[in-house]
Amino acid sequence: MEKPNLSYIESMSGGDKDFEQKLIAIIKNEFPKEKEVYFANIASGNFKDAASNVHKLKHKISILGLTKSYDIAVNYEDNLLENSMEGKIEFEAILQNMTNFLETL
Amino acid sequence: MNCIIIDDEATARAIINQLCSNVDSLTVLEEFPNAIQAIKYLNQNDVDLIFLDIHMPDFTGFDFIETIKNPPKIVLTTSDANFAIQAFEYDCIVDYLVKPITPERFSKAIQKAESSALTNASKSKASDEVETTSGNDLYVNIDRRLIKIDIPSIYLVEAKGDYILIKTEDKNYTVHSTLKKIEEKLPDSLFLKIHRSYIINVDKIIDIEDNSVLIKKDVIPVSRSNRPELMKRLNLL
Repeated sequence: MEKPNLSYIESMSGGDKDFEQKLIAIIKNEFPKEKEVYFANIASGNFKDAASNVHKLKHKISILGLTKSYDIAVNYEDNLLENSMEGKIEFEAILQNMTNFLETL
Repeated sequence: MNCIIIDDEATARAIINQLCSNVDSLTVLEEFPNAIQAIKYLNQNDVDLIFLDIHMPDFTGFDFIETIKNPPKIVLTTSDANFAIQAFEYDCIVDYLVKPITPERFSKAIQKAESSALTNASKSKASDEVETTSGNDLYVNIDRRLIKIDIPSIYLVEAKGDYILIKTEDKNYTVHSTLKKIEEKLPDSLFLKIHRSYIINVDKIIDIEDNSVLIKKDVIPVSRSNRPELMKRLNLL
């Protein structure tokens, strides 16, 4: 499993540590809510809405430098739009990976 | 230049705001988590540039562009590079940034916005070219080709994210557009929106059961709010 990192956040902050902390706080606040909505949509079989949630989560996947995981999310989003859950296990492992990383920050 | 940021994701708004703060010539006036709030703001304020997310629930970035009369310059922001072709059919769009946005790419977008000199006249012309109707025909833009579809042969139009699926007797077409936009192009006498995601050709209905319509082989849900209008359109015995 890829290891998340803060390279992107550091590259775009221009060394502004306050901004880095502010952005991490926003992500830590927003990410669990987005996950919750995604899991709720999956549980109720709303694949189109779940695809939309995956689309939104892709941004945070890329912010945390997870390039291979991003590709997995792209495929999973496409599958959900076709009413297929192929890639669900891999995608949800990515979410757990991100959750674990954010807990360390 | 002054600007506003429209994005339903707080993380994205924070990143764009930070990137803007590094540009002396740029002032962020407001941030909005949805397009509706931004439209209200634009009715009362002059804005030079908008950073606009495409993929927002209920009201997408493209819906927003088609709603405002004289759009200022717009830089689209998205996690999906696939919308680029549609994006540049609107003259108000000066650039297209794929998330995560890098400072270098952001600087280029600002340069483009500053050097762009669009007239309102050219803007309105561009939006008319996305889809056109001629008599019984509808032209749709697919892969830069305008493809003619015979309107009466359409039996169903389905919203699929940022696309619509047009089903006809012979063939299906996936078009980068919105249900709202095609609804305006289809004759009211033949077509009816029966659900937020579906427009049907009323002449092609096979049967109606409770809250669904059978049309060809497709069973389509009818929303409670659209059901009275559907019932009005039927020649009931």
